[in-house]
Amino acid sequence: MVEILKELEDRFQVTDLVQQKDHLAFVSVDKNKAIPMITWLKDQAGYTSLTLLTAVDWLEDGKFQLTYMINNPKKNSQIAARVMIDRENATMESAHHLWESIRIYQRELKEMFGIDFPGSPEVDESFILEGWVDIPPYRRDFDTKKYSDETYFPRPGRQSNDPAEYMKSKMYPNE
Amino acid sequence: MDLTKMFQFNADRSSYPELDANGKPIIDLSSHKYLKLWQGPQHPGVTGNMSLELTVNGDEIVESKTHVGYLHRGFEKLMERRKFIQCFPTCIRMCVAEPDPNEYILSACIEELSGIEVPETAQWLRTLALEMARLQVLLRGVPGQAGTFSLGLGYQWGNYIRDLILDRFEELTGGRVYHMYILPGGVRGLLPDGFKKRMEENLKLVDEFLVNINDLMYNNIVFKQRAVGLAVIPVEWIDQYGVYGPAARAAGIMRDVRKTHPYLKYSELDFEPYTTTASDVYARSLVRWHDLKMTVDLIRQIMAKMPDKGEIKAPTPNVMHWRIPKGETYVKCESSRGEYGMYMVTDGSDMPRRVNLKGPSYTHATALLERLLINANIADTAAIMVSLATCPPEIER
Repeated sequence: MVEILKELEDRFQVTDLVQQKDHLAFVSVDKNKAIPMITWLKDQAGYTSLTLLTAVDWLEDGKFQLTYMINNPKKNSQIAARVMIDRENATMESAHHLWESIRIYQRELKEMFGIDFPGSPEVDESFILEGWVDIPPYRRDFDTKKYSDETYFPRPGRQSNDPAEYMKSKMYPNE
Repeated sequence: MDLTKMFQFNADRSSYPELDANGKPIIDLSSHKYLKLWQGPQHPGVTGNMSLELTVNGDEIVESKTHVGYLHRGFEKLMERRKFIQCFPTCIRMCVAEPDPNEYILSACIEELSGIEVPETAQWLRTLALEMARLQVLLRGVPGQAGTFSLGLGYQWGNYIRDLILDRFEELTGGRVYHMYILPGGVRGLLPDGFKKRMEENLKLVDEFLVNINDLMYNNIVFKQRAVGLAVIPVEWIDQYGVYGPAARAAGIMRDVRKTHPYLKYSELDFEPYTTTASDVYARSLVRWHDLKMTVDLIRQIMAKMPDKGEIKAPTPNVMHWRIPKGETYVKCESSRGEYGMYMVTDGSDMPRRVNLKGPSYTHATALLERLLINANIADTAAIMVSLATCPPEIER
């Protein structure tokens, strides 16, 4: 694990190395070097399996963090590459040529975070939501409470009675 | 008379329809040779709330698209607005059939990021709860494969025993389906008096069930005729399409987190996950049968080795004011369907910054299933889907 991290530092100038546990390390990499790095890890270093691709919204910094987590099944080691991209017109290079499965993650990120991956198959088709017109819902500035208040008909709470008062009104209505 | 020839379909269906340069079939709907057919979302042959948009030519599928979102509740988003302890009732619903791995990975993420050590006894109890969860899933999952070929009897047997396992869950945790037994720091309680004895009685029934289901399914000519050679996953697809757990082991690739990254007490247990190489529906089903057998053995081992008494919960801060330092991690475990992981990012506040759940169905039911269904028969759709054990809630969370 140490050697591969050293190699990544030399080749792709990764920063913010955190070795979270024996088999899992996080690194930050520049947006332009991310796909070459992942390609190198997959083709040359045995990190052949994609564990996940997801995004974290750092609204206050105006950035999205994309996390590509890849796994080396032979050595049981995992590397997660953090890639910071701008929140405005968020776009990232597609990696659908590396794994068949990654197009699904990219399609979901387009829908849920509004991050575009030009060229990725079916990236513009809706995946989970259908006919969604609001801002992408997994962005931090999307307020779920406000959305449900505005979208759904308000439902009154459950009616409750004080048992003693209720029985009294039923049994002695005139008192 | 040679019966095998009588029931054989036309073997070579792969050359039609023609494929384009990207390997996609060339489909002209206006030619009237093709028909759109929806399987799901309300369909007994679909594993939960999802649907498949099939394009068929005769009874042969030429294209399939997976549609999910019928059960989307935005759990990952909701958890960003909840304190860590409030995430539990939400998190467990990410996979309805097997909720315990959800509890475990969420607890383990929180413990890892805040540096909490789980006591020994609690670790044994967690291992037990996870194996019991696997047991109750496989009791329906193994015979469910035959159910897709209209052999529903085994499913009834399995469901009966599963109910007894749910009784054990009820006395251990108070809940039958959702348990919330595993919480940050440990578990909620020790084994009740007489639990091991009652569990052993149930396990004896599972032993009988294993023998009976073997006779019913794996020696059944109809089951074999339909399942052998169906939906073969080549080894090179394992990483390309993201294949995990029993589906990968049926292709001869060892993918079992309990072995590759032992967590909890698995390193102290003696087991060897079954692998085979045929990689068809029959092989995947057989791997699950062996998994069920292994789970029974594991539960016996756990009950024999675990301490009866001891600390079950490490002290934690007040859960309503619990702030976790900035960090990120990924924790995984082996569910009955394969590697089940959670990626959590914290920012120093009392709520998670981001939670992302990654279950095997995410790739199994989408990229892989869409590929496997090409050139399959309509009647085999349910069988192929069940052989991948897809669980829609973990795709759409």
